[in-house]
Amino acid sequence: MRPADILRFARDAAAGYPLRTTLSVLAMAIGVAAVVLLTALGDGARRYVVGQFSSLGTNLVIVLPGRTGTGGFNPATAITSTPRDLTIADAQALLRAPAVRRVGPLAVGTSEISAGGRLREVMVAGANRDFFAIRNFELAQGEALPDDDWQRAAPVAVIGAKVQEELFGREPALGRLVRVGDRRLRVIGILRPTGQGLGMNTDELVIVPVALAQAMFNSNTLFRILVEARSREAIPAASTQVLELLKQRHRGEEDVTVITQDAVLATFDKLLGALTLAVAGIAAISLAVAGILVMNVMLVAVTQRTGEIGLLKALGAPARTIRLAFLTEAAMLSASGALVGYGLGEAGAFALRQLFPVFPAYPPDWAVIAGLLTALSTGLLFGFLPARRAARLDPVQALMKH
Amino acid sequence: MALIELAGIERRFQLGDTTVKALAGIDLTIDAGEYVAVMGPSGSGKSTLLNLLGLLDRPDIGHYRLEGRDVTTLSADEQAKVRSTRIGFVFQSFHLVPRLTAAENIALPMMLAGIAPAERARRVTAALKDFGLDQRADHKPDQLSGGQRQRVAIARATIMQPPLILADEPTGNLDRHTGEDVVNLLEALNARGVTLIVVTHDPGMGERARRRLVMEDGRLQSDSAGAPG
Repeated sequence: MRPADILRFARDAAAGYPLRTTLSVLAMAIGVAAVVLLTALGDGARRYVVGQFSSLGTNLVIVLPGRTGTGGFNPATAITSTPRDLTIADAQALLRAPAVRRVGPLAVGTSEISAGGRLREVMVAGANRDFFAIRNFELAQGEALPDDDWQRAAPVAVIGAKVQEELFGREPALGRLVRVGDRRLRVIGILRPTGQGLGMNTDELVIVPVALAQAMFNSNTLFRILVEARSREAIPAASTQVLELLKQRHRGEEDVTVITQDAVLATFDKLLGALTLAVAGIAAISLAVAGILVMNVMLVAVTQRTGEIGLLKALGAPARTIRLAFLTEAAMLSASGALVGYGLGEAGAFALRQLFPVFPAYPPDWAVIAGLLTALSTGLLFGFLPARRAARLDPVQALMKH
Repeated sequence: MALIELAGIERRFQLGDTTVKALAGIDLTIDAGEYVAVMGPSGSGKSTLLNLLGLLDRPDIGHYRLEGRDVTTLSADEQAKVRSTRIGFVFQSFHLVPRLTAAENIALPMMLAGIAPAERARRVTAALKDFGLDQRADHKPDQLSGGQRQRVAIARATIMQPPLILADEPTGNLDRHTGEDVVNLLEALNARGVTLIVVTHDPGMGERARRRLVMEDGRLQSDSAGAPG
């Protein structure tokens, strides 16, 4: 029998029982659509988180006071006690490292801010001009902190969009005086609203010169030093140079932790990648179920068409031809189911992206390919048993059932 | 020349714990071009004999030579090949594929044999004309009358131009008049040299055959050719 004839014969046979064919195609389609859509969700979550982390700044190396056992990202690093303070002088020293482009010291605390009789509590960040560049902070009005001596506590502040709105409403805020703690500061800049993201919410932040913040909170230590490496390739060099410099300055004691954004990203990437894989695995179960359904449909087809199989044998069809015809039919059911499912999955992912534009719900290529291949191979695998049963039917017995 | 030679054929079936001999000690020779009617009561083994002649069944004992070649020892695929090219079947219940048109049903054996579509179309057109079915080419079996269905089945049985046609009660599901037409068709084929073996209950049809075999309890009871087994 010619391949084109086998294809046409299988197609006509499938078309001869529209309801059964539709149902098994649908089952396969749902399985594949589940794989496509769920992996799109998982991978979208991964991309979203990675994107959020990248927005913290590029080529970032973060210095934390204190030493943690592992180099990875650990919530405990935020609360460990500090053996030796990380000072502004330490931060300035890091500029000497050849792989370092910018250094942004960061001191944080909470305080009250008031203006025109309104008062609210805010998070105060002590920083410098480079800190804005490192964190990609954009200004809606005014300018960033002055680029002068880090030790100088100029009485100026850059405020977040929400702070501005709550204190001044629609009135212009630039150039006005605000009271933060017991200091009177001039507003020189207003941050562009960014909304909630990972890291701190800049809309409710007040940024002042780092020396001023330390004076306000009566402390000499820094919360973090953010270091921007000269390039992506320079990140490991910057990391070792920073560690070496600080070790020298701290009398040979390695009492800081240096983490790179890459390490944090890699951890999240791995975590969410595993999640996507797990979700894909769960979806694959529905594919197996669909495969069993295709087998069931084909077994029913063999029973229903027993007379026809007997006839084909009488007309001189060898067992191989009959096996091939039924296998082709099973493959066709699963292939069309897989294609319909792929279309449904892509449509679902598209709808998701329309509903949540910030969420990059694209199914990863590996999942699409694996989903389609699994659908086809389960179809063939589960089609094999019915096809073999058909080919083995005794022609005399088969002809009697008509 | 002998088309069919059966020697010491025996076919047993297991029914529960008793063994039934459907065929016992059949020796039979049928020459090319003969017109043979196989008659006998139900259960006499005539259908089993026909299945055996059509290579749908194998004897437990004995040898079957078709055109001088021992076909009992052939593999299943080799037997399928013999069925495809040397034997045409006509069944009592027509056995047409319901989803295929008359033309497609007639073309089915050629499609299974892998004959090129152009050649298939040519032969089907000729066959439709020969059997007076030109107006019914695109009809599905359920749109055809009983007589038309059996004509489609006969066209299908002859499309590979086999030297042997086996017909199992070909008129069993037809009224007297239509049955007459079908018998005439089959006899016309025989007149052109095709060997025709018909299993029938109908004494009238048996009378028309040039040679009559009567079976009983798996044995040949009588053979009008005067060579009983």
